Amino acid sequence: MLLGSLLAVGVLGWFSDKINPYHADVLTKVGINIILAVSLNLVNGYTGQFSLGHAGFMAVGAYTSAAITLFLGPKILPHHDMADSYWAAYAVFGGALVAGGLVAALAGWGVGAPSLRLKGDYLAIVTLGFGEIIRVIFCNIHFLGGALGLNGIPACTNLFWVFATAVLCTYVVVAMVHSTYGRGFLAVHDDEVAAEAMGLNTTRYKIVAFVVGAFFAGLAGGLYGHYTLSIDPKGFGFMHSIDIVVMVILGGMGNTPGVILAAVVLTLLPEWLRPVAQYRMVIYSFLLIVLMLTRPQGLFTWRRKWKQV
Amino acid sequence: MAASPTSQPLLRLEHCTMRFGGLTCVSEFTAHIAEMDLVGLIGPNGAGKTTVFNLITGVYQPTGGKIEFRGKSIVGKKPYQITAHGIARTFQNIRLFPSLSVFDNVRVAFHLHLFQGIAHAVWRGGAFLREEREIAEQVMALLEIFQLTKFRDAPASSLPYGDQRRLEIVRALATRPKLLLLDEPAAGMNPTEKTELMKLIQFVEQKFKISVLLVEHDMQVVMGICRRILVLDYGIKIAEGTPQEVRANPKVIEAYLGQEQAK
Repeated sequence: MLLGSLLAVGVLGWFSDKINPYHADVLTKVGINIILAVSLNLVNGYTGQFSLGHAGFMAVGAYTSAAITLFLGPKILPHHDMADSYWAAYAVFGGALVAGGLVAALAGWGVGAPSLRLKGDYLAIVTLGFGEIIRVIFCNIHFLGGALGLNGIPACTNLFWVFATAVLCTYVVVAMVHSTYGRGFLAVHDDEVAAEAMGLNTTRYKIVAFVVGAFFAGLAGGLYGHYTLSIDPKGFGFMHSIDIVVMVILGGMGNTPGVILAAVVLTLLPEWLRPVAQYRMVIYSFLLIVLMLTRPQGLFTWRRKWKQV
Repeated sequence: MAASPTSQPLLRLEHCTMRFGGLTCVSEFTAHIAEMDLVGLIGPNGAGKTTVFNLITGVYQPTGGKIEFRGKSIVGKKPYQITAHGIARTFQNIRLFPSLSVFDNVRVAFHLHLFQGIAHAVWRGGAFLREEREIAEQVMALLEIFQLTKFRDAPASSLPYGDQRRLEIVRALATRPKLLLLDEPAAGMNPTEKTELMKLIQFVEQKFKISVLLVEHDMQVVMGICRRILVLDYGIKIAEGTPQEVRANPKVIEAYLGQEQAK
């Protein structure tokens, strides 16, 4: 399964130059959103903690990795132009991505360790605050471009990187949850008091979910930065976090295939609605309301039903 | 006192007191539970039974007194640490993991005895797969003992009430406790279910060689199976002894039926 998807990703990467640029653009966004939605699903869906700060972790990852390729990259590879030496440049890029993920994970730990003792709404507010704080911090770091953001980031992201990360992220989340250890996340979601009585360190479970989620959000941020080539704090605002939360809710909390589908549909929907121009967001919002009213359990929850039969 | 000073009791509560502001819920409560004992804790509504329960399981921290389990103090420990020491519990209002399957409900309770972590789960190496297989076998063996095998993949919330109670006990047993605390297991049960429950509790005690502390309202159940009974009223222990002794104790009759009737 994993090998198959990796193979598909490889083929996709091979053909990425041949797809028309618009489709490639949409596909890249789809892939990045899949990473974001699947990783947030670990926190909001499986573990049942309501985080609204996913874009904040994405920002941390984006800035970290962009700073590395921009400032450190030329020092590590002094004699090469980034575009020239293919493998060396990609090694730096890969390292930068991982570093971005790790710093985001660290931020996740920093935010999660104190705030995950809170429950429900309180956690949502803390993470919401965190997202805003991150934005303001990046606005005020002149070294990182302040409100203008970082520009001229090397164009390293391609479809292969995006979908390889998406597959990795999905695999890690699914593998984690499908183990005796990982069932603990669902137990915490279902009943924290009972989980604690069964000997589960619930705070620790929540922090692990949060840190892993933040790590992949950081990777997604790095990919995003090296794709748009220019990042600024505004791009990682509260609304972006909400978009990801909507994907998770629509896909069905704690249902990975559903969340992936929701990420795909919700990325494509605004594109399909382009012809109606200024009514685009109105229709998008309206569709969301209709979906929430008619299928509050999520659009794509067929798998659970099938399992019960 | 039932516990002799020479043998070390499994659980020891010494002068436990719990105050919420000015209200004393449990006052100077002393109790010993020996190994392989079946003890009932009874008392009228609001007597402090559940508070005692919450003190033992670490939900509340006692405002005074000592709680020792197997010779070690468990005061100040978190509920999950207390479970790790070997005290498992069920809840007055059933608290299963409703969306998890029956199998997974029991599987989660193996958590304390896992070697694996996330890294193992992601890597899926040989040791991990072996452990998963062993756990699956043990879960199935437990489900087999309690005739829950047929519900294996059903969500826990879909089970009939009596089976949910049973599953909760199975799940608690999966943590491999030395002491099992049952919080009003007969609540909401009809007479047939109660009879089954009594058989079940005795079976568990015999089969798993553990002690059971039973908080219960239902006299029929408590009198029927407990070897010793502790009676609480207004947070104070008013009686202790065998079911016969407790039944004949005028203080107990007074607490339950009121003074006028007792005379």
